[in-house]
Amino acid sequence: MTIRVVRVAGTVYQEWMLTKRRGAGLGAGALVLLIAFAGCGGRSSAPASLPLPPTSKDALRAPEDFAGIPDRDDRARALFVEASRVMLHPRCTNCHPAGDSPTQGNDGRLHDPPVARGPKDRGVPALECTSCHQDRNVELARVPGAPSWHLAPIEMAWADKTPATLCDQLKDRKRNGDRSLDQVVEHTAHDALVGWGWAPGHGREPVPGTRAQFTALVAAWVKEGAACPKDEVKR
Amino acid sequence: MTIRLRVNGTDHELDVDPEMPLLWALRDVLGLTGTKYGCGEALCGACTIHIDGEVVRSCVTPVRRAAGKNVTTIEGLSPDGSHPLQKAWVDLGVPQCGFCQAGQIMSAAALLAKKPKPTDAEIDQSLAGNLCRCGTYLRIRAAVKKAAGEP
Repeated sequence: MTIRVVRVAGTVYQEWMLTKRRGAGLGAGALVLLIAFAGCGGRSSAPASLPLPPTSKDALRAPEDFAGIPDRDDRARALFVEASRVMLHPRCTNCHPAGDSPTQGNDGRLHDPPVARGPKDRGVPALECTSCHQDRNVELARVPGAPSWHLAPIEMAWADKTPATLCDQLKDRKRNGDRSLDQVVEHTAHDALVGWGWAPGHGREPVPGTRAQFTALVAAWVKEGAACPKDEVKR
Repeated sequence: MTIRLRVNGTDHELDVDPEMPLLWALRDVLGLTGTKYGCGEALCGACTIHIDGEVVRSCVTPVRRAAGKNVTTIEGLSPDGSHPLQKAWVDLGVPQCGFCQAGQIMSAAALLAKKPKPTDAEIDQSLAGNLCRCGTYLRIRAAVKKAAGEP
């Protein structure tokens, strides 16, 4: 999946490009910021490039890496795109499915055994999530676990979302668990299931960076006004 | 470390590693071998038991989770095999090899406790995590419906 965010506003032209490999999260190294300042009096200058610091798919950029983006909304958008590399990672999206069954693995295959969401997102009678998932990973059996293991409600589905649609969703109290943005940051910092993403156990690929880095990105996005990426083209 | 729990109505104090799978404690410490070891990874359902009425796969459940709780195994479902599911199992000749039936019945019992009149789809959904290598699923479903008093 390739996502292009293009904005033309006055004399500023910016473009972010991200590449997502299914199962490997967003290609972190491909996040590029280009800023071109049009010259005065009809003259134009060659685009000047302000690339963000390189990173890897396992790492996250820090909020201060985005300080060079002059426009506050654009800064917020870039911060969110970086944070979305965590939220759109399979460790998160597998239990934020768009349907009634969770997925598993980096390839998002259907959960085995076949389980259903149930009326409260915790499975069905005799086959609840916690029938098998414990309060921590069970390494010998390779079963992942964390306190209160369950699916995100269907209105909080993240699977196959783009950063822009995810952002709109995260700001909508009807689709974010009725949380204010400050509560979203709090949830990011302290919820046990969120934290599992960095310690998934048994050879599972963790989400990028650290929880502290992710929380800092989300907090910075909120502090900068929580603008959402726009004009994505998904293909 | 001592773990206190009640199994089939009897209190026990087990001096075991709290991370020991509950199935090990039931079979090897308490001698309750009706619950079976199948896959050891919560994928087959043979080890299904109840903790406070909720289904768990005992092969991946640490014994500490049962501390202070009521554990029910197939031996405790009824004292004399007279539970409606057990009777239906016999009446319809459900078991072939029989290895999965303790888990099947424990899952079905938990289902009927919450949904006394389940539909075919609900039975299939709730028992989807209990595998039968002999493929007796049609008989299993029929027995659950018979136990529920459904046609």
